[in-house]
Amino acid sequence: MRIEWLLALRFLKEGRAQTFFMLGGVTMGVGVIVFLTSLITGLQRSIIEKTLGTQAHVVMRPPDDEARRIITPDSTLAVSANVERRAQRLSSILQWQQVMRELEKRPEVTAVSPLVAGPSFAIRGSATKSVALMGIDPEKYTRIVPMPSFLKEGEFRITANDAAIGTDLARELGVTLGDKIRLQTADGRSETITVAGIFDVGIRDLNRRWVFITLRSAQNLLDLVGGVSSIDVTVRDLFKAEVIGEQLARQTGLTAESWMKTNAQLMVGLKSQSASSYMIQFFVIISVAFGITSVLVVSVIQKSREVGILRAMGCSRRRVRHIFLLQGGVVGLVGSLLGSGLGALLVTFFASTAKNPDGTPIFPVVLEPGMFLIAAGVATVTGILAAAAPAVRAAKLDPVVAIRNV
Amino acid sequence: MSEMNNIIQLTDVRKQYGNDGITTEVLHGIDLTLLQGEFTALIGPSGSGKSTLLNIIGLLEHPTSGVIRVQGRDTGTLPDVELTKLRGRSIGFVFQFHHLIPAFSALENVMMPLMLEDGRPTPAQRERATALLTRVGLADRLDFKPAKLSGGQQQRVAIARALAANPPLILADEPTGNLDTAAADEIFKLLYEVNLESGTTFLIVTHDPRLAHRCRRVVELVDGRIVG
Ligand SMILES: Nc1ncnc2c1ncn2[C@@H]1O[C@H](COP(=O)(O)OP(=O)(O)OP(=O)(O)O)[C@@H](O)[C@H]1O
Ligand SMILES: [Mg+2]
Repeated sequence: MRIEWLLALRFLKEGRAQTFFMLGGVTMGVGVIVFLTSLITGLQRSIIEKTLGTQAHVVMRPPDDEARRIITPDSTLAVSANVERRAQRLSSILQWQQVMRELEKRPEVTAVSPLVAGPSFAIRGSATKSVALMGIDPEKYTRIVPMPSFLKEGEFRITANDAAIGTDLARELGVTLGDKIRLQTADGRSETITVAGIFDVGIRDLNRRWVFITLRSAQNLLDLVGGVSSIDVTVRDLFKAEVIGEQLARQTGLTAESWMKTNAQLMVGLKSQSASSYMIQFFVIISVAFGITSVLVVSVIQKSREVGILRAMGCSRRRVRHIFLLQGGVVGLVGSLLGSGLGALLVTFFASTAKNPDGTPIFPVVLEPGMFLIAAGVATVTGILAAAAPAVRAAKLDPVVAIRNV
Repeated sequence: MSEMNNIIQLTDVRKQYGNDGITTEVLHGIDLTLLQGEFTALIGPSGSGKSTLLNIIGLLEHPTSGVIRVQGRDTGTLPDVELTKLRGRSIGFVFQFHHLIPAFSALENVMMPLMLEDGRPTPAQRERATALLTRVGLADRLDFKPAKLSGGQQQRVAIARALAANPPLILADEPTGNLDTAAADEIFKLLYEVNLESGTTFLIVTHDPRLAHRCRRVVELVDGRIVG
């Protein structure tokens, strides 16, 4: 063991009460930070999970009007027809299969799914309801939105004949599994499907409006033969969705909307929650640092005789400085380990007392190793920084003064 | 006489204290040479500047003017880092109030100058420290903390520590000042024997004329001047 370490540890061991108070301060500070962080992380994660349960991270759509005209300039007839029909006709992504292949190649993209979405009516006997057609490739789509897990009855089997609808629509139309529904669009196209699955995604509006059919059926009904209206994308790091979306848009010439934009309100809420949590953590760190500094300043004064002796015996100023910096660092590191334990205990206890009526915790607690590593790192660095002033002071001590004044 | 035999050579060393306006000169032009193996007493009335002179020789304090050579090497231009190194290698200190480090055992205190030199404890240091403590009669007190040792025993540990790095010069500021007569005699005898055994140069500040007369050389300081 290096002599600096030996001296630092021995001084800490000798200054029992002082070390205890410094460690206590760091332990409580880190405990509060761990508690707060895991609570807020858990809370935010469950909110995001709920929100993203039924959404893609990024939705790619056809570019705006002007861009579209540039793509089809070959026939003036086509352009004028396009302009005339703009208000009613859904715009389509051209060559979407190729775009999908490009998107799938990117390492940060985890799933890609085409979607043909548009308005329609669902008719059963005399009941007519306005619905949103969701034309999908079921295998691809369920990798983005886990529809089978939302299923209440039947199965998520989407074929030319079979479709899935939400619980509220089923109730409003008075249908159960195996019943038939006619889907009809405003311009008169229609198809009849059989209800193969009834789902509940937890959002009433979607339960009332979503009707899942095949891509082909939706293309027929919405007059988008060969095209799709959007491409859903999920990415590895969901908080990078915005950035990745921008890159994808540039690469494909489509527009990209990330879940962060779609849920801007939510993001503002989460961000301000995080900001206030960071602020609390910042001030906790500052006060812990002040605690360490003031204790070490006293300790340096008390140890001035020892420091003087060491200097007389050939201990350099640099080494004296290191001895006190190390004390701060060790207190920070050990305190952060104790504090991590304390915080984990607190948050686990808290989560076990606050429960929903059904026994699930109100606050889903997230204890990640990364958080503890960061806590340990921050506390160690804080300890060293807090020890800086006392350490410099110790290094400046005049050995003669220390030796003369017994 | 060869220059190499000069362990310490002071030329016209002056020391003033205080700055703006009121300065008092404590040492007025000291010329002093200590030869290899000398055993010298430094005596003088209280306030005559003995401790100041010792601290200057020990490179703990800078003189206001004058030259200090340690084994022929001028120390005036050395930076603090070099002075610290030179001090660690060349000079051992024994103080009146023992000045051991309370958090460390007798053995560790004796090892301290060596650990500072090598950067870490080694078995060789342990061996040397054990031998030295055995030499000063404390073989059975190796792991005692200073608080558990008597004044005389603490001073023996301090002597062993001063010897640890085998420095050519040992400076002792009233090493027996805090001890009863019997213990003082023992310590003095120990210093004397070590001087004979190892040829280490000693400069010992003492108030005790009885002890001073047992030294081979006596330097007397009065009012910051060497008078004999
Ligand atoms: N840091 C200082 N500032 C101002 N004056 C000082 C300082 N240190 C010592 N002195 C003065 O220098 C003079 C010599 O002091 P020193 O301690 O060297 O005397 P001494 O011979 O060791 O005395 P004693 O026998 O009492 O130990 C004294 O008058 C003292 O007051
Ligand atoms: Mg004195």
